Amino acid sequence: MNEILQGMARAAWLVVTLDADLVEIALRSLQVTLTAVAIASAIGLPLGALLAVSRFRHRRAAIATLNALMGLPPVVVGLVVYLLLSRSGPFGVFGLLFTPTAMIVAQVMLLTPLIASIAHQAMRDLWADYHDLLISLNASRAQRIRALIWDGRRALLTAALAGFGRGIGEVGAIMIVGGNIDHSTRVLTTAIALETAKGDFALALGLGFVLIALALAVNFAIHGLARTEAGSRW
Amino acid sequence: MRVMRGVLALVMVLLAGTAMAADRMRMAVTTSFENSGLAEVMLPEVLKDLDLEVQLLVVGTGQAIRLGEAGDVDAVLVHSRPAEEAFVANGHARHRTQIMYNDFVLIGPAGDPAGIAGAGSAAAAMSDIAAAGAPFVSRGDESGTHKAELALWQAAGIDAAARNPSWYRAAGAGMGATLNVASGMAAYVLADRASWLNFANKGDLALLFAGDPAMFNQYAYLPVNPALHPHVNAAAAEALEAWLLSDRAQALIDGYRLNGEQLFTYNAGAD
Repeated sequence: MNEILQGMARAAWLVVTLDADLVEIALRSLQVTLTAVAIASAIGLPLGALLAVSRFRHRRAAIATLNALMGLPPVVVGLVVYLLLSRSGPFGVFGLLFTPTAMIVAQVMLLTPLIASIAHQAMRDLWADYHDLLISLNASRAQRIRALIWDGRRALLTAALAGFGRGIGEVGAIMIVGGNIDHSTRVLTTAIALETAKGDFALALGLGFVLIALALAVNFAIHGLARTEAGSRW
Repeated sequence: MRVMRGVLALVMVLLAGTAMAADRMRMAVTTSFENSGLAEVMLPEVLKDLDLEVQLLVVGTGQAIRLGEAGDVDAVLVHSRPAEEAFVANGHARHRTQIMYNDFVLIGPAGDPAGIAGAGSAAAAMSDIAAAGAPFVSRGDESGTHKAELALWQAAGIDAAARNPSWYRAAGAGMGATLNVASGMAAYVLADRASWLNFANKGDLALLFAGDPAMFNQYAYLPVNPALHPHVNAAAAEALEAWLLSDRAQALIDGYRLNGEQLFTYNAGAD
């Protein structure tokens, strides 16, 4: 209990003094995960909508696979990306291992199935409502997808935020491909793992509270910008 | 479409932020070296003297060697002689350079139920722990410390089959995490002195046995062979090696104190 109080005090102190190292790793956490969410959304949202409006053989199997991939183990993804980007791996020539770019690649692989799957659930319900209308308007498939994405944007925002939630708190994959290098690839979660290993639980917990506050702040900011749950809207 | 363009612009800005500059090299080091705090003293001096930024990948010796074999780092600084010699024999490095040593210490509950504090040697202390069946936490991760621990068991004549899981627990974790486990279970554990002194969650644990030469822990520097991995920053790795062999490095290493104790003894070149 005492350690938790110390952690809170440590978190408050770090934030109030705007500790330079803390600001750096917090910004890098945001940079990596927001970039990964942006890329994963650009792939996952249209993919989810496409799966909702298309009918093809093995569609059920494709959707079941996508849902299962939501649970991809981060450590395994990290290991696979490590082996791909390693100097002795197929993409070694780019020298991307142990850079923030490698961490973004790993997180895109983790987040895309999650975002696509949640997007698909939302689009499927919307498609049931829009099906007759869009068919009778003779809309092309691209037009249908665009209409679904635009009218379902709030549900899709939830999909993106779920992706952000998984990415910002993830440590297994980025520890392996980033290497937790000070001033280069250290982010909040890997710093927490490091401080825990050093036995400095108060600092680890302090960083943890900062991470939670950061996730809350991003969610509130996006909800504010998108004006969801505002006024009389249901 | 405007939304897409906005997203694209955001991605570009965020990606641009990942670019980095300055001459730098990557070195895989063991957790024990990083935990000692010596890196924080030496690396700023290297930056000042050589204008070289050394990025540390802090991993166990087993993983450090793997990173060197794959060519993902420019040099490794580790402490497990058989693994180092195999690394050189397989051509991953042209040579191995001894730099310094520190020592391992046996940590255990302050009450010392196995009575190792007065043991005559490290092997005798290990025998006492096994005879008492007192809980012992092993790194169990193929790290240099783990290999040193296994060598001590061997010296004590206690083979793997005799290390019953009822008291011998392999944590499969780094030094800090293993010390956390030992602290939680009130168990014995072998640690390097630096990690122990820097460890904040000591709880009921105390340093019980140290000083046997069998517990000395030799660090060596291995620059990755550029003939095998042409992309490595061999010039930087060579410059760092020359710096490590200089009087300046010796003064820094011998002069480094943690809680008033000298941690490392410089013995470069003396093989």
